[in-house]
Amino acid sequence: MSTAIAQKRSFAAVLWDYLTTVDHKKIGKLYLYGGGFFFLLGGIEAMIIRIQLIKPENDFISAGLYNEMITMHGTTMIFFAAMPLLLGLMNAVMPLQIGARDVAFPFVNALGFWLFLFGGIMLNVSWLTGAPDAGWTGYAPLSTLSPGHGVDYYVLGLQISGAGTLMGGINFLVTIVNMRAPGMTFMRMPLFSWTTFVASVLILFAFPALTVGLFLMMFDRMFGSAFFDVALGGNSIIWQHLFWIFGHPEVYILILPAFGIFSEIFATFSKKRLFGYTAMVFATILIAFLGFMVWAHHMFTVGMGPVANSIFAVATMAIAVPTGIKIFNWLLTLWGGNITINSAMLWSLAFIPSFTIGGMTGVMVATSVADYQYHDTYFVIAHFHYVIVGGTVFGILAALHYWWPLMFNRILNEKLGKLAFWTFFIGFHLTFFIQHFLGLMGMPRRYWVFLKNQELDLGNLISSIGAFFMAFGVIVFVINAIYSGIKGKPAPHDPWDARTLEWAVATPVPHYNFKQLPLVRGLDPLWIEKTEGNGKLTPAEPIGDIHMPNGSILPFIMSVGFFIAGLGFIYHMDNNLAYILLFGGMALALVCMLIRSLKDDHGYHIHKEELEREAD
Amino acid sequence: MAENTKSNEFHKQQSKEEMKKQLITFALMIIFTILAFLIVGTEMMSKMVAIPLLLVLALIQVGFQFYYFMHLKDKGHGMAAVMIYGGVWAAFLTVMALTLVIWW
Amino acid sequence: MADHSLTPENMPQHPEKATLEGKNKFLGLWFFLGGETVLFASLFGTYLALKNSTAGGPSSQELFGLELVFLMTMLLLTSSLTSVYAMYHMKNNNFKKMMLWLGITGLLGVGFLGCEIYEFYHYIHSFEFTFRSSAFGSAFYTLVGFHGGHVLFGLCWLSALMIRNAKRGLNLYNAPKFNTFSLYWHFIDVVWVFIFTVVYLMGKVG
Repeated sequence: MSTAIAQKRSFAAVLWDYLTTVDHKKIGKLYLYGGGFFFLLGGIEAMIIRIQLIKPENDFISAGLYNEMITMHGTTMIFFAAMPLLLGLMNAVMPLQIGARDVAFPFVNALGFWLFLFGGIMLNVSWLTGAPDAGWTGYAPLSTLSPGHGVDYYVLGLQISGAGTLMGGINFLVTIVNMRAPGMTFMRMPLFSWTTFVASVLILFAFPALTVGLFLMMFDRMFGSAFFDVALGGNSIIWQHLFWIFGHPEVYILILPAFGIFSEIFATFSKKRLFGYTAMVFATILIAFLGFMVWAHHMFTVGMGPVANSIFAVATMAIAVPTGIKIFNWLLTLWGGNITINSAMLWSLAFIPSFTIGGMTGVMVATSVADYQYHDTYFVIAHFHYVIVGGTVFGILAALHYWWPLMFNRILNEKLGKLAFWTFFIGFHLTFFIQHFLGLMGMPRRYWVFLKNQELDLGNLISSIGAFFMAFGVIVFVINAIYSGIKGKPAPHDPWDARTLEWAVATPVPHYNFKQLPLVRGLDPLWIEKTEGNGKLTPAEPIGDIHMPNGSILPFIMSVGFFIAGLGFIYHMDNNLAYILLFGGMALALVCMLIRSLKDDHGYHIHKEELEREAD
Repeated sequence: MAENTKSNEFHKQQSKEEMKKQLITFALMIIFTILAFLIVGTEMMSKMVAIPLLLVLALIQVGFQFYYFMHLKDKGHGMAAVMIYGGVWAAFLTVMALTLVIWW
Repeated sequence: MADHSLTPENMPQHPEKATLEGKNKFLGLWFFLGGETVLFASLFGTYLALKNSTAGGPSSQELFGLELVFLMTMLLLTSSLTSVYAMYHMKNNNFKKMMLWLGITGLLGVGFLGCEIYEFYHYIHSFEFTFRSSAFGSAFYTLVGFHGGHVLFGLCWLSALMIRNAKRGLNLYNAPKFNTFSLYWHFIDVVWVFIFTVVYLMGKVG
């Protein structure tokens, strides 16, 4: 299908196409649109926080609204911006990288996206009645006793989107295990596919703990159970454990795919094979393994005792070793390479020092004794923004520049790209570097105002100015994306002279990805064919019928059903009419499931003749 | 076709033997269960002995379920086993944390 | 083609894993069970943390009786074996026998669920031990109830499968579905083994 035909279709047809799509490339785009929207929303919340803190004793927003703002900023950025943007990139790129025609469960893939989107909408609907205000960590009993329905929205929004993420994780795992192209062994998989695999393992084992934690919270708030109610023997530390058993692997779910992205970009733009590929793979696995045993470093000051604190401190510091391996491997990939510097590469190069600073402060806060000083101060805020913005957000932006031609068939404008990079990069360090010192000077996190003449004024002013730079950078990027879509010319095939399989497919990518599955002869298969072959991958099969899944509107309706049921759960305590929503929504979702399981869906075939006619 | 039927006969024989093993497994599981209930029902041993013993009996039973009833021992179950053991490891950490590293 | 029933001639040794869809379903369910392990571990951990928090209400020793739990254990354990039989007949392409054994599996599951509902009813009415009475109560009903919910879901799944395929016979499209159900059902039994050990037996020992 050429783009000319696609452009002629009516808006309704395009909308219907996207509502019913099960194509991983389109779902990837949907994730990027959804995640991008929530990223802007979380960014606006961040700006409001920084405006409030621009001067001492500011009254830009009220204390209650400030609490809602910090909670929504954290929750939105982690669950509804960073995660879906990464899942979008994984969807768009990973199947192409391993030489698959689609993911293992296309229907479930669509369902995962719609659940995420409706979870995010659920969370943000709360602005109408009062948003959650117990912090993104939702510690009990602050959260169980929070009045109004804010925290209820938090619980159900995360529950719905969490289910979607879990499905996405299982889907990627099965895809990678079962659907690699002939010759694509595990140890020939590009690093981004590897990190997708490992991050999916983390999703699989981490999200159930959050699911349970959220259920307990929901039962306590809505059905009168006593998990966190000390008067009836409850124990609020259970929430902290469950939240962080999920929450710490979540950090690695966010950073590992970014590591994969940088590995691809450094290798491509240095014109060199990734240095220490095997070590990189094992470092990834090791980080994931250790990442599961360190959650309690978020709880050093809870009073777990010196033995537990020491164990978790040592385990945490151990993670610096595989991470260090990765940093050195990237540096050595660059060493002696034929380096091209463009926007994607700028974001990647900026990542190394930024993330290393975040890693070093990470070891500092991991020192459990010293952590009593850092805990809940701006030092911690600075630390995790250095790893999440300096790691994950830089990674996402680098990936968007790098894979934009693949996903949207356009090349982003370099001038605008560089402008966005430099303003965002400078703004990022202005905003967060100074916060280390604010924290060490004793400024606690989550405070609505600070007093003047405590030597916090200047630091906060600088930090807020930096935030405006970052906002400017983001706006420039959005303009760039829109501009390239309207004015840009179609991207040439393989614009970066890249190494991996996703650049071997036709431009624009046909909906069946590969006419013939390619035969992979080693790591960096496209590069091998460029240097040793004729630049094209050898097909591993003759042209034959291609089996494709049918589109379906059911994932969308099912998610709407869960969304309605969620509203029913929230309001059933106030009004009996809400039971209609609760049972109606559940029934809608269950009927969809039933239709899905009773109605055979064999998919359809693209016939050989059709494929031959499309021959390039 | 004839050849195919012959190999089918072979497979039938194979799954028959498999079935025999599974019946033995089932019998053992029943015995372990009865044993566990007897330990508690007759109060024949102290708490310090009974609890570890009960856990061991449960673990053996679960091993039987996974390896014989769910065929984890068979070929082509490598990845499945990896994920189950991964889950078991995460589960172990979770249970340990919630029983040991918690305020009383 | 997927719609054609299997005959002894075209029967592969593992009809549930003969197609890519089948292989994907098989692996996807196993991975899902890996995640379920953590889900139940979180519930077990919560229960273990709160099992002595009775807030003046009945303790586990006063509450639990072994007879009913033994009966429930036997029902579920046997249903595990019957689903093994069903899979045995699936591999031998004996559709009728497979359906028969699946039916027995379902009935045993219904029996188990009936016992559990009776048990909860008994606790609520004879002991006034409810979901809201103490942290122990909340944790107990949540853990055992989550397992019961899994049994209920399994029964719905099984009925849908059996009714849908009653007149079709075995083919490469539905064989993976039966197989994934049986794996799920075994896992429910695995969880129950831990529930009767950790909740009931260890609760009785104290």
